[in-house]
Amino acid sequence: MKNHVFRPLFVFVGIVVLVLLARLFLVPKDFGIYERGYMYGWHRLSNEEEWKNKIISVKYQGKEYCKDCHPDKYDSINKTPHKIIQCENCHGPAADHPSDPPKLTIDKSRAQCLRCHYPLPYPSSGRAQIKGIDPDKHNPDAECSSCHNPHKPMEGLR
Amino acid sequence: MITRRNFLKTTVAGVAGMALPLAAIEIIDPKKLMAEEAKDKAKVRWVFLVDTYKCVGCGLCVKACKLENEVPYDANVTRTWVERYVITKDGKVHADTPKGARDGFTTSKIDLGMGKFEDIKKEDIDKAFFVPKLCNQCENPPCVQVCPVGATYQTPDGVVLVDRTWCIGCGYCIMGCPYGVRFFHPVYHTAEKCNFCYHRITKGLKSACVQACPFGARQIGNLRDPNDPVTKVIMTERVGVLKEEYGTKPQVFYIGLDREVK
Repeated sequence: MKNHVFRPLFVFVGIVVLVLLARLFLVPKDFGIYERGYMYGWHRLSNEEEWKNKIISVKYQGKEYCKDCHPDKYDSINKTPHKIIQCENCHGPAADHPSDPPKLTIDKSRAQCLRCHYPLPYPSSGRAQIKGIDPDKHNPDAECSSCHNPHKPMEGLR
Repeated sequence: MITRRNFLKTTVAGVAGMALPLAAIEIIDPKKLMAEEAKDKAKVRWVFLVDTYKCVGCGLCVKACKLENEVPYDANVTRTWVERYVITKDGKVHADTPKGARDGFTTSKIDLGMGKFEDIKKEDIDKAFFVPKLCNQCENPPCVQVCPVGATYQTPDGVVLVDRTWCIGCGYCIMGCPYGVRFFHPVYHTAEKCNFCYHRITKGLKSACVQACPFGARQIGNLRDPNDPVTKVIMTERVGVLKEEYGTKPQVFYIGLDREVK
């Protein structure tokens, strides 16, 4: 066959080789088809490990984490209906407290209390069972915790 | 020359060969057997259970999720959210989820968006409730099927993850999810979604939203463990899933789901 037929063919083969070479370097070694098959399991395997341990660290530790250093608070709130609320829901995620962060920021806003205590009389929701206040009429400028102790909500005003 | 004997012999053999079920041949495929064994070894299938009767719409789950998973707090995107449904006596469905209920529901007014609100009188309400939403970790995830580069995938324990280093940000998966749980991460500009707090559940902890919920409205469990309390509820009680007709086989089960919930 004549040369002018082969020449574009060489260019084409060259491009294919280049793409395959680039692929060899760019595609990670552990990229492939795993347990869930080609349709759902085609991925880079080490990403699973990254999600388990690298990308995000545990920040919310749960109330048992607080127990040893703050037993008084832990015990007092456990005697009240507020025992179902995690410490970190108001005090913020503990992460590696006390080393990092050394001090937690407490959310004392009215909005925080109103999450549950704004009255919404919805018949098919648990919300209707919770006592609420009208925030526009009930001491609108005061912080809730200046009168009510969130750790001892049933013990009257302070 | 074909004899009657030979003709009958070949016919019987031929018919018998054709009648052999395909499964009989398949069973001796060692690769398949290995795969079956491997499937058995995966002793975990994460599932979620939401009890909408218990949810009060406090939104502490959303707050915990955003802080735990480093989703920018003030950006209007979230991995999980809580919807409020108010159905009035005239049959109208009013639904909202201001900021994904990050700050809960602290007004009776329905957020219509664009700074508009609709006040609904207590007497007009027929029924009203809250529905927490999150990724359904579908058994047939359509978001994974549409990914052109293999950046999103399903782990052997059923969770759908996104590889941030591999995602090209085409957004097909965001369009492909019938539940609208995916969004672009404002910092990484890659597809982002709820993964049941994969970094927590693989360490024996509960998902951040499950731990933060004071009312036990959210629970996570292992469907492969018959003694798991969540599995027991799913197997023995009346539970529903969202958009079953799409065939995605969602693995977030709801108690008290209403037909108005989409």
